[in-house]
Amino acid sequence: MDNQKVIVVDELTKRFEDFIAVDRISFEVSKGEIFGFLGANGAGKTTAMRMLCGLSIPSSGKASVAGFDVFHQTEAIKKSIGYMSQKFSLYEDLTIKENIRFYGGIYGLSKTQIIDKTKYLVEHLHLQKHENSLVKSIPLGWKQKLAFSVAIVHDPAIVFLDEPTGGVDPIARREFWELIYDASERGITVFVTTHYMDEAEYCNRVSIMVDGKIEALDTPKQLKHRFESGSMDEVFLKLARKAVRGE
Amino acid sequence: MSVLKYLLQKEFRQIFRDPAILRIIFMMPTLQLIIIPLAADYEVRNINLAVADHDHSVYAQQMIQKIKSSGYFKLVNYTDTYQEAIKSIESDKADIVLEIPTDFEKNIVREDYSKLFIAVNAVNGMKANLGAAYMQGIIQDFNKQIRMKWIQFPKVPPQTNISVVESNWFNPMMSYKYFMVPATLATLLTMVGVFLTALNIVREKEVGTIEQINVTPIKKYQFILGKLIPFWVIGLVVLSIGFTIMRFFYQIHPLGNILVVYFFAAIYLLVVLGLGLLISTFADTQQQAMLISFFLLIIFILLGGLFTPIDSMPAWVQKLTWLNPVSYFIDVVRMVILKGSKLSDIRNHIFIILGFAAILNSWAIFNYKKTS
Repeated sequence: MDNQKVIVVDELTKRFEDFIAVDRISFEVSKGEIFGFLGANGAGKTTAMRMLCGLSIPSSGKASVAGFDVFHQTEAIKKSIGYMSQKFSLYEDLTIKENIRFYGGIYGLSKTQIIDKTKYLVEHLHLQKHENSLVKSIPLGWKQKLAFSVAIVHDPAIVFLDEPTGGVDPIARREFWELIYDASERGITVFVTTHYMDEAEYCNRVSIMVDGKIEALDTPKQLKHRFESGSMDEVFLKLARKAVRGE
Repeated sequence: MSVLKYLLQKEFRQIFRDPAILRIIFMMPTLQLIIIPLAADYEVRNINLAVADHDHSVYAQQMIQKIKSSGYFKLVNYTDTYQEAIKSIESDKADIVLEIPTDFEKNIVREDYSKLFIAVNAVNGMKANLGAAYMQGIIQDFNKQIRMKWIQFPKVPPQTNISVVESNWFNPMMSYKYFMVPATLATLLTMVGVFLTALNIVREKEVGTIEQINVTPIKKYQFILGKLIPFWVIGLVVLSIGFTIMRFFYQIHPLGNILVVYFFAAIYLLVVLGLGLLISTFADTQQQAMLISFFLLIIFILLGGLFTPIDSMPAWVQKLTWLNPVSYFIDVVRMVILKGSKLSDIRNHIFIILGFAAILNSWAIFNYKKTS
């Protein structure tokens, strides 16, 4: 892995009136890395991620994503990232093909690129029989794989995934992570939040947020070693129990 | 521009896939245009009349006959005591009681003077008011008639009469449908525009797709145009449906050029859609959007001159109606259809409505934030 830093975060903070949602977090993510962003509900993960995606302006600190500043270049950031939110983000009343076409179109792909991409994705996800079905009619596991593929339809530098595998079965999750590895191999940096500790094990590096601060950041192996735990589950519980603020 | 193309394609696909929206577009204008003008007819007919006749004379009979044949009254009770007649008002069977005193005929002939008494059920104020007025008109007419018969007898001085001949300009038959149908159409267009736009965008907020849009490099103006253009087109379709109904169901043939209305509506729709857009930036749920829209639309419609003339509102309310886009549109539709007004006649309306469009849309664009 080369040392090109695609995300650089320095003392980034977000305040909502009296409440400090994200408290001076700092970290760096390299190109092609799979970066796990862990934390209990309410720890500030989603807020931090929204700032990096240009959806929310930070209160203080510094950060750049794909070389663009999160304060002033939010629209430039949006060109170079993909994003898949907790809430399901495809149009349920459009077909699989129409969704790919729409998102490809608004990311500025050419007509032929869209046609090629659609063909490739439909085959790759084994959706040939369903390409003209409305998205609302397909199972959740497929929807999530499709949503991920649509989020990287424009080959962004980074893709942000906010709890992408919530509510799907272990097989579908496994398949989802295969897509993530594929993307990472193609040089797309993956920034992912999750509540599944087995998924944390798949990440190159993991950060754990507690009460708006990053309490630990290392490879899963190092973290287990440092906290004398057998699994990421134990590491997480040891850290997250210290939390004083609730959901 | 190609981004806009994809947005429009998506929007139209969704619209044509949603049966509820299609119903709003086609059924709502059709049904409302057919129902509202028929229901909101100010001409009061079927006024229920009870007569307490103490006289039983020829004149009394002639007068009752004349009242009945006017077409406005229905005789529901004919008695010879006032108590009996007033009972039918109490039981809500009658709206008006006419009491004919004893010696009604005798007094007219001998004393050249007689009195009648009218009691009105004022629970329905409008019906009572108009009923009493119609009745007085008919009785005066009757009075004139019998005097004309006596004119040959020199001992009775001929009544000096000023007779008024009326001519109703622009609506010669004084038909309420000419007045109501165009204005109802204007109101409908307003409702469809505001509701569709506001609900559509707030729905994307609720479902979460707007977040996905906000994280793409789409420009604000592209997103907003992508929403406004489809509803603008739908608005003009609704207007066309309305004109068709007006022509074939009501047989109203516009005096002016219908293209003038289209031209004005094209600008007016920008106001309406801008308002919907603005509402959507304030509302987080479809419920909120619905309630805000209802609140504003009811005020706009009541103060728009659809049901009651603006000129008869208190002065301060009249000033408020200057801020009401609906009143300008209702005005223009009536002017063009009934008076045949031309583009130059509605110049001021156009300028004002352009101002509304500019203000509402800028406000909405300013309020719509991709980044919070």
